Amino acid sequence: MEWYRLAGSILSLLGAMFLFLGALGVWRMPDVYNRMQTGTKSTTLGSILTLFGLGVYHPQWMGQMLILMLFIAVTNPISSHALARAAHHIGVPLTKKSVVDELVEEEPPQESMAEMEEV
Amino acid sequence: MKQSTFSLARLLVLVSLAVVLALFYAIWTHSTDPGNLSIIFLTALLVAAVFSDARKMPAFTLRKILYSLAYILFLIKEIIKSNFDVARRVIQPVMPINPGIVPVKTKLKSPIGRMILANSITLTPGTLTVDVRDDHFYIHWIDVTDRDEQGATQAIVSGFEKYLEVIFG
Repeated sequence: MEWYRLAGSILSLLGAMFLFLGALGVWRMPDVYNRMQTGTKSTTLGSILTLFGLGVYHPQWMGQMLILMLFIAVTNPISSHALARAAHHIGVPLTKKSVVDELVEEEPPQESMAEMEEV
Repeated sequence: MKQSTFSLARLLVLVSLAVVLALFYAIWTHSTDPGNLSIIFLTALLVAAVFSDARKMPAFTLRKILYSLAYILFLIKEIIKSNFDVARRVIQPVMPINPGIVPVKTKLKSPIGRMILANSITLTPGTLTVDVRDDHFYIHWIDVTDRDEQGATQAIVSGFEKYLEVIFG
């Protein structure tokens, strides 16, 4: 096996490992916002590493992979920001472990505010 | 028509946008044939002529370019750090989290600079931008170490602002 094949495989495996940890985090975390955190971070590096490993494995694909990596790095945080903002806007409560919520909505939905006061 | 007045700045913006577009397309399709490349570039020029806006073009200086490169390296370092941070939290039996939403204040004025700052915050360890209102970002922080606005700003934003203030200042 050529050395770049091995290196590419290891990089892709590393990416898959981060994606697995992200999935584990989505399953274990207590609320929407914490899940979004693990989801965003590990999918960014996980997909970037997987694509980079693929680019090393097939050197003629490297250009395309670099463009894909750029797009993922640019769009991933935007989508998670949009989801988190929408969740907060409709009043999805933070977990009971939360220590502070400084973001006050203009017209707070009643039930979610009641939840927050208990915290 | 005032818009079509020839100016060097407008031409520079147009050509640089066209080069970037053509480069992306050429890499994506593996084009090496000169005839093919010239058609790609002409099409890119046409698209750039429709979409380029000279007013949105930032002024380039050597210092800004160097800071941009340094910023990209800094961001890559932060992304890797944030993944190990997430991994560390996720695999522990009792997850060490202390979450909350805190406000931070930004000094940046340009919209694109703020967008890059907000996205960078999302990619860094334990922070997620939930909302932007005027000068304040509301950050969901997985491990709130400082509830105070100033302290949170110092901990989350200042590392990026150092670079972005120069690039978009």
